[in-house]
Amino acid sequence: MASASARIILICSGKGGVGKTTLTANLGIALAQLGERTVVLDADFGLRNLDLLLGLENRIIYTAQELLAGSCRLEQALVKHKQEPNLALMPAGNPRMLEWLTPDDMKTVANLVAERADYVLIDCPAGVEQGFKNAAAACHEAIVITTPEMSAVRDADRVIGLLNSQGIKPVQLVLNRVRPKMVANQEMLSVEDVTEILALPLLGLVVEDEQVIVSTNRGEPLTLNGNGSPAARAYRNVARRLRGEEVPLHDPSRERRGLRARLLNKLGLAGN
Amino acid sequence: MPVLDFLQRLLGRQKPSGTLAKERLQLVLAHDRSDLNPELLERMRREILEVVQKYVEIDLDEGDVSLETEDRVTALVANLPIKRARPGGVEAAAG
Repeated sequence: MASASARIILICSGKGGVGKTTLTANLGIALAQLGERTVVLDADFGLRNLDLLLGLENRIIYTAQELLAGSCRLEQALVKHKQEPNLALMPAGNPRMLEWLTPDDMKTVANLVAERADYVLIDCPAGVEQGFKNAAAACHEAIVITTPEMSAVRDADRVIGLLNSQGIKPVQLVLNRVRPKMVANQEMLSVEDVTEILALPLLGLVVEDEQVIVSTNRGEPLTLNGNGSPAARAYRNVARRLRGEEVPLHDPSRERRGLRARLLNKLGLAGN
Repeated sequence: MPVLDFLQRLLGRQKPSGTLAKERLQLVLAHDRSDLNPELLERMRREILEVVQKYVEIDLDEGDVSLETEDRVTALVANLPIKRARPGGVEAAAG
């Protein structure tokens, strides 16, 4: 049985490439640093990458496949993080498992790892097909991550509809890769636009940050080494809010209003 | 933002693309959420107009039936300016 207190949270987006895996890795590290026993579960069996972002790709011996088959113990399959002992990875199994994997199988894996955890973060595959359905069946609550781009918001909306129909709640929103200057110039959907359209509470706001790419190259999530970059701070704040701490959200696009934006505003051409 | 775009916006000739994105999204999501395609909506619009016309004379050019969405609730909104009631009601219209 799962421990009564473990929170099993799905991290999903619908569209690929908006930052699910990066959020899972960084949030996992940040929660672990706050003293929470955290397991990140890679549910993207087709295109797994969570191991790579955490720098654990060379330490995988067993996967969810062996765990389900009963050919290894839970402690053997869980890959402990080198620098952050509160964090462990449950690696995705072989892509061929997708042929037979069921929602009940994912539930089994999630409940097994939940025995050893306060938080289980499930890195969901892109799309709304079987892989998503398997992962969604295993979670209690969800974080939807999107970028302020039309296609990403539309796909997020579809996913939110599916989560709602399955009675998963709360569902909270993380808005990723915001470019404050473009928002100030009204050339990008604003934070308010996206939260209004998707009608979800905002759990976090992450600005576009080159450091994310650098940290991925190194296999060291930004939150790992006390990095002070804007994205690292944003991920840590997501972790704190998730634990119920009140952390004010500040929208950098409101501060960085350029001369042009202010001029347009003054002339009443800015709209809402 | 290129200078030309900036001037266009300053002159009020062009909407900022962020505003345009929001408007387009709201429209497409209203359709996505209701699972109604434009063709079906058009058929429904025509049938609604037919029914309403039995009772009142409406301005067909001004009439508008569309989907709107707010807080994840989608509503069918009809705006049908009435010219006048049909004298004699349904019977007269049917006859």
